[in-house]
Amino acid sequence: MWTRAVWLGLRASAGGRRGFPSKADPQGSRRVTAELIEHLERLALVDFGSQEAVARLEKAIAFADRLRAVDTDGVEPMESVLEDRCLYLRSDNVVEGNCAEELLQNSHRVVEEYFVAPPGMCCPKMA
Amino acid sequence: VSAALKQGRVTPTELCQRCLSLIKKTKFLNAYITVSEEVALKQAEESEKRYKKGHSLGDLDGIPVAVKDNFSTAGIETTCASNMLKGYVPPYNATVVQKLLDQGALLMGKTNLDEFAMGSGSTDGIFGPVKNPWSYSKQYKEKRKQKSHGENEDSHWLITGGSSGGSAAAVSAFTCFAALGSDTGGSTRNPAAHCGVVGLKPSYGLVSRHGLIPLVNSMDVPGILTRCVDDAAIVLGILAGHDPKDSTTIQDPVKPFTLPNLTDMSKLCIGIPKEYLTPELSSEVQSLWSKAANLFESEGAKVIEVSLPHTSYSIVCYHVLCTSEVASNMARFDGLEYGHRCDIDVSTEAMYAATRREGFNDVVRGRILSGNFFLLKENYENYFVKAQKVRRLIARDFVNVFNSGVDVLLTPTTLSEAVPHTEFIREDNRTRSAQDDLFTQAVNMAGLPAVSVPMALSSQGLPIGLQFIGRAFCDQQLLTVAKWFEKQVQFPVIQLQELMDDCSSVFENEKLASVSLK
Repeated sequence: MWTRAVWLGLRASAGGRRGFPSKADPQGSRRVTAELIEHLERLALVDFGSQEAVARLEKAIAFADRLRAVDTDGVEPMESVLEDRCLYLRSDNVVEGNCAEELLQNSHRVVEEYFVAPPGMCCPKMA
Repeated sequence: VSAALKQGRVTPTELCQRCLSLIKKTKFLNAYITVSEEVALKQAEESEKRYKKGHSLGDLDGIPVAVKDNFSTAGIETTCASNMLKGYVPPYNATVVQKLLDQGALLMGKTNLDEFAMGSGSTDGIFGPVKNPWSYSKQYKEKRKQKSHGENEDSHWLITGGSSGGSAAAVSAFTCFAALGSDTGGSTRNPAAHCGVVGLKPSYGLVSRHGLIPLVNSMDVPGILTRCVDDAAIVLGILAGHDPKDSTTIQDPVKPFTLPNLTDMSKLCIGIPKEYLTPELSSEVQSLWSKAANLFESEGAKVIEVSLPHTSYSIVCYHVLCTSEVASNMARFDGLEYGHRCDIDVSTEAMYAATRREGFNDVVRGRILSGNFFLLKENYENYFVKAQKVRRLIARDFVNVFNSGVDVLLTPTTLSEAVPHTEFIREDNRTRSAQDDLFTQAVNMAGLPAVSVPMALSSQGLPIGLQFIGRAFCDQQLLTVAKWFEKQVQFPVIQLQELMDDCSSVFENEKLASVSLK
C-alpha cells in the first residue's frame, strides 16, 4: 500500500524496506540517485515500485546514451514526418457536442456535471 | 467470398455464424478479448437485407472483421489489455472502425494485444498471451514429431509476435477476413510475419488515428492484417483519406484502387539495405531474403544493394522518442474522467499515483518513467532533441535511397520464425522489443508505408515473412509489388485440420485456398 512510510523510506534511501540504490554502481547509476527517483515519481505520478524498475531505468539510460556517437551538427530536430505540409485546421464552428451525459457515465465519481477529485493537490509528505 | 455474398451462394448470417463458431473453437488461442456476438449477428441480419434488395454497400458488406482492442468502439468495451481501461466503454467509434461499419463489415470482436500496444510478443496484456495458431498446425506438428516424443503438447506453444498478435491470430485462424492492428514500431508487421498473414503499415498521414488510443503520436498508424495482398488493398482503399478529426491526415484526395498485375519487371528497382544484414538474423530468414532478391532479378527487375547508414542507431532513437511520447500520452490516465480509479481519497496526487500504479503494468510504467527522464529539463537537449535529430538523419537515409532510383526496399521482417513462449519470456519486454523491432521500426520513424508478406515455411514448418518498404504515399505501388511477390511464392495455407473440417463446406465452395475477400 502506498503509505507515508514508503516516501520516508525513499528519502532516507539507506537500507529502506525497498533498498533503492544510493551507492555508486559500476554502470554509472550514480545518475539515478534517490533524489532523481523521487523527482521522476512525482512528475510521472508512477512509482518505481522495486529495485528491478530502477535497474531497468538505468539500462534504458545507458541504452539511450549510445545516441551520443551520432554526429548531428547542423541537423534540425524532426518533429513530424509531415513537416513539409500544412496542418489542417477546420473552421471554428460548433458541429458536435452536447454529450455531457455520455461522457460523465465513464467516470467513477461524479456530482451533477462535475468530475469529482479528492481535495487538494498536496502529497501527505509535503504537509 | 465477397463475390459469393453478392451471388447469394452464402449469406452474411451464415458467414457470421461460421466465424463465431471458429472463434469458439479457437478460444484457446486467446486472440479475442471481447467477442461481440450479438452485435455481429445483428449487423449480419442488416447486411442480408441489403443483399436481398441488391443494395450491398460494397466489397466489405457482410464480411467479418476484428479490431485490435486499442481502437475505440462505441458501446463495446475497449481495454488496451490494461487494468487502467478494464470496463471502459467508449462513447464513440474510432474513425477507421466507423468506416468499416459504414461499409457493412461485421464486427466479430476486439482482439488481444500487449498492454497499451507495448511489446513485441502479445504476451504482456492482462488477459494473458496470445498463442500462435501455427503452434497447432499440421505443418508444425509434423516437424515436431520428428524431434521429440511424449512431451506435453501444449507447453511449447509459440508466440504470435506483437503487439497486434490477437488480430494476426484471428486472421490466421480464419475467424475473420481482415483485422485492424496498430503499428508504431512494427506492431502489425511483426505478428503478420509470425502468423503467416499479410501485415500492412500504411504511410503515416494516410489513415486516420482518431479513436486509436495513442502511443506515439508521430509514429502510430492503424495497421491492416489480411490473408492476401488484394484484401489489404481493398481495406486500405476504404480506410484511407482525410479525416477532419485527425489533423495529421493529409488532405490529398484518395480513391479506392485495385492492384494491377505486374508484367513488366524491367522498370522496377528493388533495393537491399546492406545494414539490415545483421549477425542476429537467422540463416533461414537470410537465405529466404536472398532467394527473394534473386527472384526479382531473374524476372527482370533491377536489384541493387543500398545503404541506410544510420540503421544501427534507429533502435536507440526509437527508444527515446517512443518513451518520451508515451510519457506524455499516458498522462491522461488519471482515474478522473474514465478508466480505473483507486480507492484512495487522501489527495488528488495520491489518487493519481495509486490509480496509475494499479492500472499500469511494469512495462508501461517503465516506459513512462524512462520517458520522463529523457524529458527532464536537464536531459531534454541531450536525449529528446538529440533523438529528433537522429530521426531526421534516418528519414533522410530513406529519402536518399528512394531518390537514387529505388522503387521498393526488400528486407526481412523478423529475425527468425516465431519462438516458443517459454523462450520468449527469458528476456524482458524492452530487450525483446529492441531486438524484434530491428527491421520494422525505422519505417515508422520515416513515416513510410511497409508491408510484410509471408514467403515460405521454415524448416520447423513455421511462417517467415519478408518486408517491402515503399516511398511515402506510394502505398499502391508498394502493394502492387507485394502482390506480384505473393503470387510468385505461393505461401501454403495453414492446415488446422480439426477446425477446418466443420467449415470446409463454406470455404470449399469458394475454391479460394487463402479464403480471401474477393
